[in-house]
This record gives sequence, C-alpha cells and structure tokens, in this order.
Amino acid sequence: MTALDVDVTRTIGEFDLDVAFSVESGISVLFGPSGAGKSLTLALIAGLLRPDTGKIAINGRIVSDRASNVHVSTQERRIGMVFQDGLLLPHRSVLDNVALAVRQASGRQARRAVAHSWLERVGAEDFADRRPGSLSGGQRQRVALARGLAGDPALVLLDEPLSALDSAVRRELRNLIREVIISSGVPAVLVTHDAEEAEQLGDVVIAYSDGRVTAMRDVERPDDVGPQPESRDGNRSQ
Amino acid sequence: MEREHGVVRQLGNEHRAAAIAVTVLVGLGLGYGVAHLLAGSIAYWGVVSGPFFLTLRVAIPATLIAGVAGIASGYALAKGRFPGRDVLETIGSLPIILPPTVIGFYLLEVLSPGTQVGGFLTRVVGHELVYNVAGCIIAATIAAFPFCMRAARSAIEGVDPMIEQAARAIGLPNWRVALLVTLPLARRGIAAGLTIGCARALGEYGATLMVGGDINGKTRTLSLAILDSFTTPERNAMLLILVLMAVAAMTGVGLLGRSRT
Repeated sequence: MTALDVDVTRTIGEFDLDVAFSVESGISVLFGPSGAGKSLTLALIAGLLRPDTGKIAINGRIVSDRASNVHVSTQERRIGMVFQDGLLLPHRSVLDNVALAVRQASGRQARRAVAHSWLERVGAEDFADRRPGSLSGGQRQRVALARGLAGDPALVLLDEPLSALDSAVRRELRNLIREVIISSGVPAVLVTHDAEEAEQLGDVVIAYSDGRVTAMRDVERPDDVGPQPESRDGNRSQ
Repeated sequence: MEREHGVVRQLGNEHRAAAIAVTVLVGLGLGYGVAHLLAGSIAYWGVVSGPFFLTLRVAIPATLIAGVAGIASGYALAKGRFPGRDVLETIGSLPIILPPTVIGFYLLEVLSPGTQVGGFLTRVVGHELVYNVAGCIIAATIAAFPFCMRAARSAIEGVDPMIEQAARAIGLPNWRVALLVTLPLARRGIAAGLTIGCARALGEYGATLMVGGDINGKTRTLSLAILDSFTTPERNAMLLILVLMAVAAMTGVGLLGRSRT
C-alpha cells in the first residue's frame, strides 16, 4: 500500500496546479522554485484546502475526493505538520506544545511523558519548560519536528522547515530531520526549493515547475539503514 | 529572550489568577477604606454602603454575562460566515449609539409583566424583571455587551490564522483550537473589552433608572445615588468610591490580559 496518493487539480487565480504522484515510505521531497505549487500541494494533502478535482489517499484511505464529495478534516487525517517558522503556540511551554499533539496516550501525565521522549529524540529536552518566544529559530524547529511526530501520524508534512535558518543550523538540522524521521518509520513529504537540501534529505525527489510534476527520481543512499521507497507512479503530464 | 515586566509577569500561570484576585480585592478594599476615611464619619458610610454593595451586585454579574455573551458573539462574528452576520453586529452594537433612555424604554417594553414578551419572561423566570436588582443587572449587561463583543471580535480576528491551522494540523478539534489557541492569544483585546464593559456597567445610569426605578435601598446604584445626593456631603464619598472601583476593575481586568508570551 502506498503511503500517499495524490491526483488533484486546483486553480487559484491565474495559477493552475495539476499533479499526480504516489509515494511510499521514507522522505519524499517536493522540489522546485517558489510559486511552483509545492506548498499548495502540501495544503491540499493536509486538508487545509480542497482540490477542484481529483482525490488524495493517505495509507490507502481516501481523505479527499471531489467526485464523491469526500473531505476528511485536517484533524482526522492523522498527519503531522512542520511549518517554515514553527508556528508553535507562543503562550504554552515547549512541552505543552508537543503534548497537545499527542493523540495515542490518554491523561495529561502520559501525554507529557510521550512529549518529553520526543523532545529528547530531537535534542530539545533542555528547554521543555521554556516558551517558544525564548528559543532560537533552530531550537523552535526542533520542537516543531517533535510536535509533528509526537501524534503518531500516518504521514508527516514539512513545509520548507529549514528555509528561515542560517546555513550552519540548516546543516545540523538536515541530519537531525532525516535521522529522526527515518528512525520513526513515518513517511514524510518535505517541500524545499534548495537543491542541496533535496538531495540530502530525500529518498525521492519530485520536481515541480509551474504547477506540474516534471520529474521523479530516487536518490541513491547506500548508507541508509532506514526504509527505502519501493515504487511510485508516474505523472500524467510526463 | 522574552522580555518580562513587573511582578505579575514573573509569576507562573498558577499564581497569576491569585495575583489578579488579590489586586481586585485590594483595590476594592482600598476604595472602601479611603471612602470611609474621607467620609469622616461612620454616618456617611451608612448612606453610601447600600448603593456601593448594590453596584457591585449589579456590575459583577453584568460584566460576567456580557463578557461570556460578548466573547461568544465576537467569536461567531470573527469566524462565522452566516447570513445576518452584519445584522447581528449592528444590533449588538446599538447600545453604544442609542441614548440609554431609549434602551431603557425598549427594555421596559420587553421586560414589563404587562407586555406579552415581558409577561412570558416573568412566568418563565418566576418573578418580575423590572424595578428590582434583576432589572438593573439586565440594563447594565445590555450596556456592557457591545464593548465586550466588538473588542472580542477585533482581537480574535487579529490572531494569526496560521497558528490556528497549525493547531488543527496536529489534531486539535476546532473547539480546542478556540479554547487553547484563539482565545488565549486574543486575551489582551478581550480583556480590554471586559474592562470597558465593566466600567460601563459600573456607571450605567439611564437604562438602570428606567428599568430599576431608582428605589432607595433596592435599586439605587451609586451612579443613581450620586445624582440623588448631589447637594449632600456624602456625594464626595460616592464619587470617590466609583472612581476607585473603576480603577480597580480596569487594573484587575487589565492584568488578566497580561502574561508571558
């Protein structure tokens, strides 16, 4: 079963998005210039927007299908999201931010324990009690990554998670993101316009241009012990 | 690093509510004490205390009711896309524009047991809603409501929708997003509305006069009593108490909107 099947169109103003692809486990990177439709695709997968036509399935479950008027809410899609600037809740502690995302545990203490273990995995346990406003950009993204994965998601979506950071922090976080996502076994779709980042993070790179998928290719990664992509569909525009 | 100002910001969440409560109580206590001293005689307090406590009995529930209704309406106006949205806002804002006597007139029409609606409400509630404290509370609530509603709407609209989306994306249902994200982030604006609403409830005059009837010892709030005793020595004590109550209310509710971010 594929982790994600996307076959949608969506028009916003003058911009037409028309894409179709399927991804398996590992990290799939949507790569292309700004305005190519990558983040729009992510918003459609997350259910923040509805497609004009077509369907989206996560782990074989249809979450969006215009023909049969199916639209599963964002909350019910079991996704994790990591945004460009973290978008953590500024009035809650780091630990609370992550604990709020924990779905699989019941009770406040159990959720906080799960959240704490995720903060440890991303190296953010030292500032669990701090507010996001007191963290650096890199620290915030570590917390955002923990929050994105803490809810035991079927799919995690990362929308340019490193683009607001300086180059040294980006390099450091690239390794962390790949390591944590691959070890968690959660399939991920990551958006970037940085070619180096796409190569370093992705198992599959899906190239975007002007609202279309122009190419899909595997990234050779012989030293990885994590799950690799097994198959994917082509794009109808190819 | 986040900036921290003042004692209250340095306290934890669990202590903040206690600090606010203490501030309000101290403010009210100071008002009580200073008025007592300025009155110069226990006799003045005897005259002033009745309207003072009645004003509290009216303004506190009126602010709470107007606050809850105002926040709910403000949320609906900010987030909802439903027919009649503009009409709801216009009707909700009318008490700001209309003279209090006009509000009082319509309240009498709606609440008096002699009218159809008033008769029905009287039977439902089990007692009359005019010329008693209930009538005063309703009048003060109507006066305070638009300030709470408009401030809440504006503050809620000012919350970054991306943060709300991020909260939905991690699985929080919409009602939890509203309670855990939207309202806490809008708290300063909401507190500002509650402050003005509370001040408006404390000073309500026209509609309270018509619906409450200015009955000495029963519905004569401080603002009514001040006019009634304008030529008497206790007037100054009443004026001072009202000013101090307004200051205490504004300080307390203002603190409510402050916290570390």
